[in-house]
Amino acid sequence: MVEFTLPKNSKVTPGHTWKAAAGAKNIREFKIYRWNPDDGANPRLDTYQVDLDAIGPMVLDALIHIKNDIDPTLTFRRSCREGICGSCAMNIDGGNTLACLQPIEDVKGDVKIYPLPHMAVVKDLVPDLSMAYAQLRSVEPWLKSDTPPPPDGERRQSVQERHKLDGMWECILCFCCTTSCPSYWWNGDRYLGPATLLAAYRWIADSRDEYTGQRLDALEDPFKLYACRTIMNCTKTCPKGLNPAKAIGEIKQMLVERAG
Amino acid sequence: MSNASTGGAAPKVTIMRSQLSRARGMGAAGSGVHHWKVERITAIALVPLTTWFIYAVLHLLGAPQAGVHRFVHNPWNAVLLLAIVTMTFHHMQLGLQVVLEDYVSNHKWQMASLLLNKAVALILGLLCVVSILRMAFTA
Repeated sequence: MVEFTLPKNSKVTPGHTWKAAAGAKNIREFKIYRWNPDDGANPRLDTYQVDLDAIGPMVLDALIHIKNDIDPTLTFRRSCREGICGSCAMNIDGGNTLACLQPIEDVKGDVKIYPLPHMAVVKDLVPDLSMAYAQLRSVEPWLKSDTPPPPDGERRQSVQERHKLDGMWECILCFCCTTSCPSYWWNGDRYLGPATLLAAYRWIADSRDEYTGQRLDALEDPFKLYACRTIMNCTKTCPKGLNPAKAIGEIKQMLVERAG
Repeated sequence: MSNASTGGAAPKVTIMRSQLSRARGMGAAGSGVHHWKVERITAIALVPLTTWFIYAVLHLLGAPQAGVHRFVHNPWNAVLLLAIVTMTFHHMQLGLQVVLEDYVSNHKWQMASLLLNKAVALILGLLCVVSILRMAFTA
């Protein structure tokens, strides 16, 4: 049945508090989920007092400051710090977003930070995304064509055909949407999730791709596609402002058109 | 390897099957379009039908049994009643199936509840249909 409470070993307990240095004036508390696979303890919520005058404006700046200057055991993923790599996706202030694109001043009260919801945790803020990556791979998100490319150049596309891909090619695969989706929480082993379905439609909509039918075949399933209940969390949470729910709607519409 | 990249006292999951194999699963069932489409068509059809039904019931308020009987005896009313009853129970079954797929995660319980859902919808629907037909075909 649906789970209303966390399993015993996943219950979050109160953690340590790391006081700000004396003399700090502009203090903000960051409450961060901590879990270490090696110590056998339950997850805990550590509190870090951060002097905002000493750091940059984004949540990622605070996390880097905490790791460098307060507590080096804090584990999180980050790379580009400008919203293009998707590594620092996490749950901040109750919503999935990228720490590097989330201004601290937009968060009211304490800044609560958890890993992406409903995924196995590797450590602290690092979720295990291997299943989500495998699901992405399962829709074969690359050009498939039987017609060889012209010998003298690339495959061409009209301006209008190229426009169809806008709003999809920008996806950075941070999986904020997929992990915000209750359908994915319930049936994540069978439902592909919004990020993967957006990627699938990106290739269905591509004028150069010749495997539209096979791609639709692979999605025509009560769970892989139709476990989407149009909850719209995906679109609401996307840190890049994309609309995976619309892409899913387009796939459903194509399948209805095909079936007649 | 699986997502069991944990050690110590963490729960161990021994799944050696590749992630891609798990993601592909048993492949696509090749269905779902019909369910999705019919769920929406019945929903749309039920808007005018239910409005008519509420109007009809209010109209019959306080009428004697013979009056209700006469109402159902009219072929148009009988057909509309049959339509609303079949659509309602079909829509209910389709909608509840989705809810059960989401909330009942145990495979066996899910199968059992889906069958029960179909059975209850079918029996109740048939009961209504037979009742309407009886009133429609008896004077």
